[in-house]
Amino acid sequence: MDEVVNVHRHVLEHNDATAKQNRADFDEAGVRVVNLMSAPGAGKTSLLERALPMLAGVRVGVLEGDVQSSLDADRMRALDVPVSLVNTDVTFAGECHLDAAMVRSGLVDLPLADLDLLVVENVGNLVCPAEFTIGEHRRAMVFSVTEGEEKPLKYPLMFRTCDLVVVNKMDLLPHLDFDLDLFLDNLDAVHPDVPHQLLSARTGEGVRCFAAWLSETAGA
Amino acid sequence: MHELSVAAAVLDTVVRHAGGRRVTLVRLRVGELRQVVPDSLELYFGLVTRGTACEGARLEQELVAARLRCGACTHEWRPGGPAFRCPECGAGGATVLTGDELEVHSLVVGGPVAACPEPAEEAQWTRS
Ligand SMILES: Nc1nc2c(ncn2[C@@H]2O[C@H](COP(=O)(O)OP(=O)(O)OP(=O)(O)O)[C@@H](O)[C@H]2O)c(=O)[nH]1
Ligand SMILES: [Mg+2]
Ligand SMILES: [Zn+2]
Repeated sequence: MDEVVNVHRHVLEHNDATAKQNRADFDEAGVRVVNLMSAPGAGKTSLLERALPMLAGVRVGVLEGDVQSSLDADRMRALDVPVSLVNTDVTFAGECHLDAAMVRSGLVDLPLADLDLLVVENVGNLVCPAEFTIGEHRRAMVFSVTEGEEKPLKYPLMFRTCDLVVVNKMDLLPHLDFDLDLFLDNLDAVHPDVPHQLLSARTGEGVRCFAAWLSETAGA
Repeated sequence: MHELSVAAAVLDTVVRHAGGRRVTLVRLRVGELRQVVPDSLELYFGLVTRGTACEGARLEQELVAARLRCGACTHEWRPGGPAFRCPECGAGGATVLTGDELEVHSLVVGGPVAACPEPAEEAQWTRS
């Protein structure tokens, strides 16, 4: 009665198919999409608070992925940009990342055709978000210098799959024994030649360069 | 944490291919670049399959070794750890030949789930 069923399917195939639909919608609306990822508390929201007001001539929207609260979404609304909030705790086992379907459900609240750039702030988590494509054009990750030099070696997937690594909280460097050169060596081993941007969302130093990267991504 | 997401995605894929029958074995192929801890995945698979057609199914994981190819000089190597720069010529931009797999290879299925009164609804699969 037992029967073998050959499947040979990638486990994330279903997610990837939905991501393709998202991508098609983005392209039809003419909006470019950045997936912003990091470990919890690395400074994604703080960075956006600083950088988005610098985007002259770019019509930007934000999709906030958060486990439960609307705190980050409220901080974004204060910037007077269109914001969509997706709480991930309503889906089973989906608490730690946004997947393509969750993003899709959040798109209905956004005027996509009126945007040049959509920034998706993913759930703070160093592993899961990297597995799930959402249809984004580019991925950026925020790494903060309080996290330790060995993170790229321990959690290579996110470092490997992003197009830009922001190194945040540089203002804290004098107070830490963080070895920046060692971190950059580790990053280079995991993702050779990936661009990185040193900055501080607290003092604003370097944020203009990140804003320029966003503008360039938007095609402005 | 990560393995919970993967286990849920595995279950999703399996249910799509099981055709409403009880699953007794799931064979997975997992690339070593995937950061999946086998014991942890097995544990979470046991949890997420409770009350589904996969409940009690055995999970077999085949670990696939990583192989990279340099885009500049075509050198192929097996990295010892997350090191993606070519050891021959120093170029970045290596292609992953193997090691990125996260694939349901095959299933072993038995008869229809016995205790299920309404086969159309997956949510109704109950323990037998
Ligand atoms: N010193 C310092 N603190 C920072 C910097 N950027 C952010 N922080 C602080 O780090 C904490 C977390 O910042 P958030 O911007 O909320 O981080 P996040 O990545 O959005 O966090 P989650 O969305 O919860 O994952 C806050 O207390 C910020 O004030 C920085 O450049 N320097
Ligand atoms: Mg945040
Ligand atoms: Zn080479």
